Amino acid sequence: MIEAHKQTKAEVTIGVIEVPWEEASRFGIMNTDEVGRIVEFEEKPAKPKSNLASMGIYVFNWRLLKRYLEDDARDIVSSHDFGKNIIPKMLQSEVKLFSYAFEGYWKDVGTIESLWQANMDLLQEEPPFAMNDPSWRIYSVGADLPPHYIAAGATVKSSLVSEGSEIHGTVENSVIFPGVKIGKGARVVNSVVMPFAEIGEGACVDKAIVLQNCEVMPGAKVVSGDGSIVVVPEGEIFLAQTGDKQVG
Amino acid sequence: MKTVMGMMNLQENDALIKEMTARRPLATIPFAGRYRLIDFGLSSMVNSGIENVGILLPAKSRSVLDHLRSGKDWDLARRHDGLFYLPDIKADNDAYDGDLKNFYRHLDFLQHSTQQYVLLMGGQVIYNMAFEKVLRFHQNTGADITMVYSLQPEENVAGGTVIETSENGMVTDIAKQPVVYEDAKVFMGIYLMERKVLIDLIKRAYERGGSDFLIDGIMRFQDKYSIYGFCHDGYVAHINSVGSYYRASMDMLQPHIRQELFTAEQRVYTKTKDEPPVQYKKNAAAKNSLIANGCVIEGSVENSILFRGVKIGKGVKVKNSIIMQKCDLQQDALVENVICDKNVVITQGKWLKGASNYPLIVEKDVVI
Repeated sequence: MIEAHKQTKAEVTIGVIEVPWEEASRFGIMNTDEVGRIVEFEEKPAKPKSNLASMGIYVFNWRLLKRYLEDDARDIVSSHDFGKNIIPKMLQSEVKLFSYAFEGYWKDVGTIESLWQANMDLLQEEPPFAMNDPSWRIYSVGADLPPHYIAAGATVKSSLVSEGSEIHGTVENSVIFPGVKIGKGARVVNSVVMPFAEIGEGACVDKAIVLQNCEVMPGAKVVSGDGSIVVVPEGEIFLAQTGDKQVG
Repeated sequence: MKTVMGMMNLQENDALIKEMTARRPLATIPFAGRYRLIDFGLSSMVNSGIENVGILLPAKSRSVLDHLRSGKDWDLARRHDGLFYLPDIKADNDAYDGDLKNFYRHLDFLQHSTQQYVLLMGGQVIYNMAFEKVLRFHQNTGADITMVYSLQPEENVAGGTVIETSENGMVTDIAKQPVVYEDAKVFMGIYLMERKVLIDLIKRAYERGGSDFLIDGIMRFQDKYSIYGFCHDGYVAHINSVGSYYRASMDMLQPHIRQELFTAEQRVYTKTKDEPPVQYKKNAAAKNSLIANGCVIEGSVENSILFRGVKIGKGVKVKNSIIMQKCDLQQDALVENVICDKNVVITQGKWLKGASNYPLIVEKDVVI
């Protein structure tokens, strides 16, 4: 992207990606000419003219950016936002804004549905991007926990499981974060279970996102009636008999 | 425990485990899917508040340096004190072999440290211990030297140093690798004594022709010191043979042992690695196993330990085995009662089977 910026002699290059037309209204949409120069920019348009969404990744010539930021800071009516103020001002002043099209996997996880889907995307037989490439590691903070344990009676298929977890039940098509405990006879399918959550014996979790440190009590059922994604918020405890929530 | 400094002597006898120590010392043998043996003693030290640690390096030191690096992962990368490497300096006129010489050559490290006590240990014992209790015992008994031991059943005694104590805890006998047919008090290789006592001991033993710290430093001068034994009653595993390594590894599959060794309050630290979570594919079948991040599982894994980055291909069956970092078990391979060292490749359809009391060892980088 930086190479492209140098080659086009752009002053600003904005990374863009094609998004499904039905989602285009969620994004900052770029309208470009034949050579990729940005001629119009619409923030979350009701009727988008293109489906090239800004990825929020920019390469700026520093001196230019500094000037615009300083001017914007002095502007009392500005809301000091890249999408609402800086980029439109640059466009107005005919700054050379170019688009750079990215063709790999990209997902904005700004909604519950897309967060859930992004996790599920990693569970395909061939994940959309390589997680195991030693020459392109994804760095993060480790959990200082021993490897996870899969018990004799457990079943784990088509899932991701991280360190320190103890799996005694069934996990299918799910993403399990570090330190999660899944009890005997529990079933977790199509779900995301975040760090240190506990799924009690015999509980059932289906198409849900269970947040950090939650406790789903033994026998509880975490599943919506209508196929939508259930979110168990941080610290909540799901009770057994009625499946009612109790704030913990 | 700011009054205590630590020392780890990594020059250890690996005669019974040579298949795994061709290019590394005992202390850096991979263990429990994510660790090296040295992590346990070193973590117990830092969790007990020890901030000044000297590592007496063995001749094969590269893996130690590569694993510990600056000490950052144990919070020992500090401006003052922290982690010190004490290399094995070989001089031309070395008449004797043995670990005592390395202690002697690095006396200045001990002399320049400021702590009152030294906790000295080896690198090949698995445990999780808060050492404050050892210090209290040492101070209460007024001992010159405290030796920490654990009660071991008969089958775990071979190759160890066995001690005997009187009722008040005083050590009355020390025997190196005796043949015993009963449960015994096995020394864990952990000593606590005042720094000046250690310095005198090293000088006296070496200058009088000694070559082995335990034999010439402790056992020979047993009558000159009041030595007390402190019993640690948690899980302890001495790794000095293939058999003991395999048994201790299989112990890690037991939840109550893991719960005792890997607590949140006294974590076992190790070199940080950045690996993605384990990918279980649609035909994965794992049971009673410890599986480290970075693995990709398409086959069956039972009663086994997989280290990071191991690939288990379609149709593969792994049973009662230990598969170390980045091994690649290709389609339909069958592996039972086997220890694979790092980077081993088992090509399509190959069968490898050891016996349950005599596991087959495949050395590092081998392709079968």
